[in-house]
Amino acid sequence: MALEKSDVEKIAHLARLHIDATEAQEVTNRISSILNMIDQMQSVETHNVAPLAHPFDAVQRLRPDVVTETNQREYLQKIAPATQDGLYLVPKVIE
Amino acid sequence: MSRRTVAALSRSLAQGEFSSTELTRDYLDRIKKFNGVFNAYITVTEELALAQAAAADQRRARGEHGPLTGIPLAHKDIFCMRDVLTTCGSKMLANFISPYDATVVERFNAAGTVTLGKTNMDEFAMGSSNETSFFGAVRNPWDTERVPGGSSGGSAAAVAADLCAMATGTDTGGSIRQPAAFCGITGFKPSYGRISRWGMIAFASSLDQAGPICKSAEDAALMMNVMAGPDIKDSTCVDMAAPDYMATLNDSLKGLRIGVPRQHLAKGLGAEVESALQEALKLYESLGATVHEVDLPNSHLSVSAYYVIAPAEASANLSRFDGVRYGYRCENPVNLEDMYKRTRSEGFGSEVKRRIMVGTYALSAGFYDAYYLKAQQIRRLIKNDFDNAFKDVDVIIGPTTPHTAFKIGEKNDDPVTMYLEDIYTIAVNLAGLPGMSIPAGMHNGLPIGIQLVGKDFDEARLLNIAHQYQQNTDWHLQRPEV
Repeated sequence: MALEKSDVEKIAHLARLHIDATEAQEVTNRISSILNMIDQMQSVETHNVAPLAHPFDAVQRLRPDVVTETNQREYLQKIAPATQDGLYLVPKVIE
Repeated sequence: MSRRTVAALSRSLAQGEFSSTELTRDYLDRIKKFNGVFNAYITVTEELALAQAAAADQRRARGEHGPLTGIPLAHKDIFCMRDVLTTCGSKMLANFISPYDATVVERFNAAGTVTLGKTNMDEFAMGSSNETSFFGAVRNPWDTERVPGGSSGGSAAAVAADLCAMATGTDTGGSIRQPAAFCGITGFKPSYGRISRWGMIAFASSLDQAGPICKSAEDAALMMNVMAGPDIKDSTCVDMAAPDYMATLNDSLKGLRIGVPRQHLAKGLGAEVESALQEALKLYESLGATVHEVDLPNSHLSVSAYYVIAPAEASANLSRFDGVRYGYRCENPVNLEDMYKRTRSEGFGSEVKRRIMVGTYALSAGFYDAYYLKAQQIRRLIKNDFDNAFKDVDVIIGPTTPHTAFKIGEKNDDPVTMYLEDIYTIAVNLAGLPGMSIPAGMHNGLPIGIQLVGKDFDEARLLNIAHQYQQNTDWHLQRPEV
């Protein structure tokens, strides 16, 4: 299926990506080509086929609800772009 | 010292022929000399390697060693290693010093292996040529004009050029097996859930699996004995003790029923690969196996279904890279949305962005049934095909790749051309089965690989079948001139 440039802009926004105007057409063409290949799936009738989400039918294992890890906030925040008082800093969200 | 299998190195270390420190220095020297040519490593951990080698020598002196104690290895740069740069081949993580170890890394450390460094890879494991790496393409040790395959291209090139004794890899659609085939080495993808994915940066969580990249099936068995088994930190890692993979390597193949997929011998398969495959089947017959044709009627749909499922899962997994907690953040964002968008657009390469967008589209409102649900239904059909085939045979053998390694830049014009490179390997991931590639011939100076696919969790049998082949041939011992 062929996409329009506007479709790609919408998808990019959903994925929080920015597409430059200069590359929009090429990105659109390449994604359309991938979708064309994917559309081969539509040639097969799968009406009564149960979807397979995972290689084996397993149920989520549970463990006792007890603390097993110690707090490592300072250590883990050492690699953050910006922190203050134990919090992650981002650009101002509320004016 | 180098240029031997892990099993041989382990015997030499045990006999005191040389120490792990001497062996490690030898490998570090080779890396210094040749990494500039192949670009197999992103990071070399020389100091750590020498410290681990010294510790391994002491362990051996105390008699507290295992077979892999003191053996130098490399980890694909997708495995988190505490206090070591872990990039996943991306600008997004080009500054990421991991605060913890992946379970795979932890287990090798506990076994006393020596970590030489982190190997190059396609960005976020998305690629079949290692050309999408932010750190540059890896070159095939058999011909530096050619790709080593991908995404575990750095690990495969490092093993083939003997810049490490063994390496770890990951395989989502063929990323261990295809580079192993292109580089003339042994690559093993266990069943989904056999090895913990904890600390292995996620691409497509229902497909990703770690495995050994090495010089022989015996080496793969030695590595599997360290890597496999349950892990409390990964609930998709099956709660089933792993067997001793060395114990059954020498089992007889008498009565083994081999299935060859009719669909894999069809149009698209290179004549040189087909003839190597036929030679291998003849050898198996001489070892007491019988060869049967099997049907995988939906195998032609595997690439289509995969390129919905893998990008869909990737689009969710890669949403965590937002510039907030770690990794790259763009300069001077004007607001939060600008920060997200520019961080992700500047931090991800074009192939990764393409796959995120395909996945986002497939999961978006109104398209879910036509794409994601449909792909999961096809995935069921593909798994059913294998289940049916395995009613009559014990193992499926076919080509790993349609042809030998292609040239750098040859398949970059259209992403779909590159995707079709994984036509024989992808179905195995969709079905969650164990698969491996072993060298089975040469053509114009380039290695040819064949693929062995086993039943669920039947890794021991697969390693046994590959080992018996390698006991009777020497393709796995061929090395490029490095």
